[in-house]
Amino acid sequence: MSALRRILRDPVATLGLLLVLFAALVAIFAPWLAPYPDDAFDSHLLQRLKPPSAEFPFGTDNLGRDILSRVILGTRSAITVAVSVVGVSMLIGVPVGLWAGWRDGWASESLMRVTDVFLAVPQLILALALGQLMAPGLFTAMVALSLTYWPFFARTVHAETRRLRTALFVDALAGIGASTPRILLAHVLPNAAPAILVRATIGMGFTILTAALLGFLGVGAAPPSPDWGLAVSEARQHLPEAWWFPTFPGLAILFLVLGFNLLGDGLRDAADPRLRRSRH
Amino acid sequence: MAISSGWPIQPSAPSGAATIGQPVLSIENLSVHIGPARILQEVTLQVPRAGTLGIVGESGCGKSTLLRAVLGILPGGATVPKGAILFDGEDILTDCAATVRGRIGYVPQDPYLSLNPVFRAGDQIFEVMRRHAKGSRADHKAKLIELLRAVQLPDPEAALRKYPHQFSGGQRQRLLIAAALACDPALVVADEPTTALDVTTQREILGLLRQLTVERGLSLLFVTHDFGVLAAVCDRVAVLYAGQVVEHGPTRAVLDDPQHPYARMLLACHPDRATDLGGIPGTVPAATAQPPGCRFHPRCPLARAACAEAPPPMLPLGAGRSVACPFHAEAFARA
Amino acid sequence: MARYILRRVLLALPALFGLILLTFVLTRVIPGDPAATLAGDAATPAQLAEIRARYGLDRPILEQAFVHVRQVLTGDLGSSIFSGRPVMEEIVFRLPATLELTFAAMLLSIGLGIPLGLLAALNHNGPVDHLIRIVSVGGLAVASFWLAIMFQLLFAMEWDVLPLRGRSDLAYGAPPFHTGFYLIDSLIAGQGALFLDSLWHLILPAVTLCLPGLASIARFTRSGVLEALQKDYVLYARAAGYGRFHLAAIYVLRNAITVTVTQIGLLFGALISGAVAVEAIFDWPGLGTYAVQAILSADYKALLAVTLVVGVVYAVINVLVDVLQALIDPRVAEDIR
Repeated sequence: MSALRRILRDPVATLGLLLVLFAALVAIFAPWLAPYPDDAFDSHLLQRLKPPSAEFPFGTDNLGRDILSRVILGTRSAITVAVSVVGVSMLIGVPVGLWAGWRDGWASESLMRVTDVFLAVPQLILALALGQLMAPGLFTAMVALSLTYWPFFARTVHAETRRLRTALFVDALAGIGASTPRILLAHVLPNAAPAILVRATIGMGFTILTAALLGFLGVGAAPPSPDWGLAVSEARQHLPEAWWFPTFPGLAILFLVLGFNLLGDGLRDAADPRLRRSRH
Repeated sequence: MAISSGWPIQPSAPSGAATIGQPVLSIENLSVHIGPARILQEVTLQVPRAGTLGIVGESGCGKSTLLRAVLGILPGGATVPKGAILFDGEDILTDCAATVRGRIGYVPQDPYLSLNPVFRAGDQIFEVMRRHAKGSRADHKAKLIELLRAVQLPDPEAALRKYPHQFSGGQRQRLLIAAALACDPALVVADEPTTALDVTTQREILGLLRQLTVERGLSLLFVTHDFGVLAAVCDRVAVLYAGQVVEHGPTRAVLDDPQHPYARMLLACHPDRATDLGGIPGTVPAATAQPPGCRFHPRCPLARAACAEAPPPMLPLGAGRSVACPFHAEAFARA
Repeated sequence: MARYILRRVLLALPALFGLILLTFVLTRVIPGDPAATLAGDAATPAQLAEIRARYGLDRPILEQAFVHVRQVLTGDLGSSIFSGRPVMEEIVFRLPATLELTFAAMLLSIGLGIPLGLLAALNHNGPVDHLIRIVSVGGLAVASFWLAIMFQLLFAMEWDVLPLRGRSDLAYGAPPFHTGFYLIDSLIAGQGALFLDSLWHLILPAVTLCLPGLASIARFTRSGVLEALQKDYVLYARAAGYGRFHLAAIYVLRNAITVTVTQIGLLFGALISGAVAVEAIFDWPGLGTYAVQAILSADYKALLAVTLVVGVVYAVINVLVDVLQALIDPRVAEDIR
């Protein structure tokens, strides 16, 4: 709770929180907020590529669909992808980091070397290779992104666990006979939580950007999904005439990622000044 | 009764020579505020030419701020509502402070933290000499090597090319003393230069500092909280309490026979005296909530109503001594 | 220092070896039966067996792994299943284009990011500081592919001040191949006009690509300078009479940059990722375009080769960055021992 209060005292972090909350509300109520919810799939060829007007505030796309509605509907898929990818990455990376950080020996050491291998290639390249080898599509993209993002959690949690393992209170707990799982779950994990939370928030922004890029490159969401990256890709054929077509989906990406990044920055400062050096 | 300082070099006896001529540094009625905190109040002090002045007091008494004012590095937000600092007759607070750079050498408190770890030791000193010392780079190098010999740093040529982390603490402090002397200063300012060092090294460094100031006829302004160190280095001493000078005089005389109630109680706490370890009741006031009048009066056994009204003036006691307490002659009523 | 460099190189090797194994696992495990993928849907069992034998897929899995490692180590990354040409040839031909673009972007990131970060730190909490912070947070949030298209829309299509695509104008073609860097090769060939034209073509892609790096370098420099300014040695240097400019621009910056430099290694990863999209949009004939073509033609051999090569380049850059950091801060080389 005190962390939330510290966030609210920081105007920049508050702006981030507001952007994220706004996007979350839009995602939840997307079908009711969108002026033309059916434009997720319907096309209206007679009104294609109309510039912004009172009827279509963001204009229409190459199939005559309302871009505002598709941006709103796209919020839902962008956030779903980000939450799933970050969630799955956490489910893999946090236990790996806890275990490898707690235990010594070749098994935990080699596990961390595996994370090194994953971190040795830029994430997008690895995700592209994975995405290509499985059948391209949104689900594949999500799997590929999760498989490439978990090492970041493993790294973060590993470092935190290593630090806490040497802390006096952990020795004291072991001294009074607390079991290892209990120490890890009830004591180490809560202490590592701020670092995990910061990593997750920044990971949300990063995932949204990468997923949009995969959509743009054609290995993510497939037409006719109202995906932001896909929309920008479709818009390329209609430039320079339909400037509004790529502009608004791109701005949506910008603001949502901005929200997560600002919030992540604020959380990082609120959680622990030591974390200011964290990567990404 | 004398304090046995335990230091190898005893200070020279206070002599009349110290007061001859214009003082090299003269602090006049200096007040410094940092935000709402009134750190220093009307401090008046002189450092005689070729003499040494020690400033002693507990942490938070304003020693460091006084020193930073002299060095022209007051923290942001600091204001000087009153007073002047005259160095060789120039007011360094109003005139461009840069003109005195190089003429005031500085020996910092912590030799571990005061050198930039990513530059070679020699280059850090040459940069100062380049700006503030006459002559060419070759002159500077020759001069610095001579100084490093004087501070007894082994292999001076190699030392210039080393990085700070390759020296021990004592070696770094020798290096910093050499740096302080590099531009032929008239005054050296030292800020507890031995607190970060172990005891043996402390003695060597203090002995060196004392020797160099005497040999080169330098003036020294020395800040410390340690009476033993003070006795080893300084001819004269000023006792500072909560931003006010409470007593001022020859070191030996002040240590042997302190007059101000605060100085009396403080010296009574000194373990070497072992007469009374009862300490001083109460705590040093916060700089934002200084009591009016004499800042020591809430803790003073001699305090009376008048003490809370106006800061007591410095009373001359003869033999170069003065004290800021009109009731200094009274004995403490013991509880 | 030599020992440190050697040690750092040795440390990088296991990860690279792991990467080679990972690419093997990817080709063998994930697509199910690679022979079926290669042969297509209409293949007969005989054709499948023939393909298995030709690619060694009928051998025990460990032997296959060994062969894979040996091939990669000898620089044989296989042939494109799309064009049939050796993948390595294609990559050697295209890598310089990507490196020219990413190096240009990196130079822009560093050359603009460090002064901006310094400027922000010296104006701490002032309007300039806030402006630079907002720009730097925004720079990390913007999708590079979208920014590329917006830049094309404005600078190339609407205002027509910068070229839309490519590395040079068709009228010039490519300079004779020495390094593969147009800027260098055109100078070697003495083609001044081509040099300017290549530079002209480089502007939009490089500016698009540099933005996230610029943002993160500005941020790290800012916080590094702010932290360094709090240090005792700054106070000492001020008291000893360092000049204001020297103090800020040289004395403190060098401390601050040790942190920034570690970012440059990570930055290269971001630049390569960004390059995939930026190259595709600006028709820049580098590895990114190649990767996108490989995706579109389902050429997994090519894609894996790109992954490997990028992994190697990334590792080399990170080793170089660590060495650079040890040169800036001599304690680094000694601490790690």
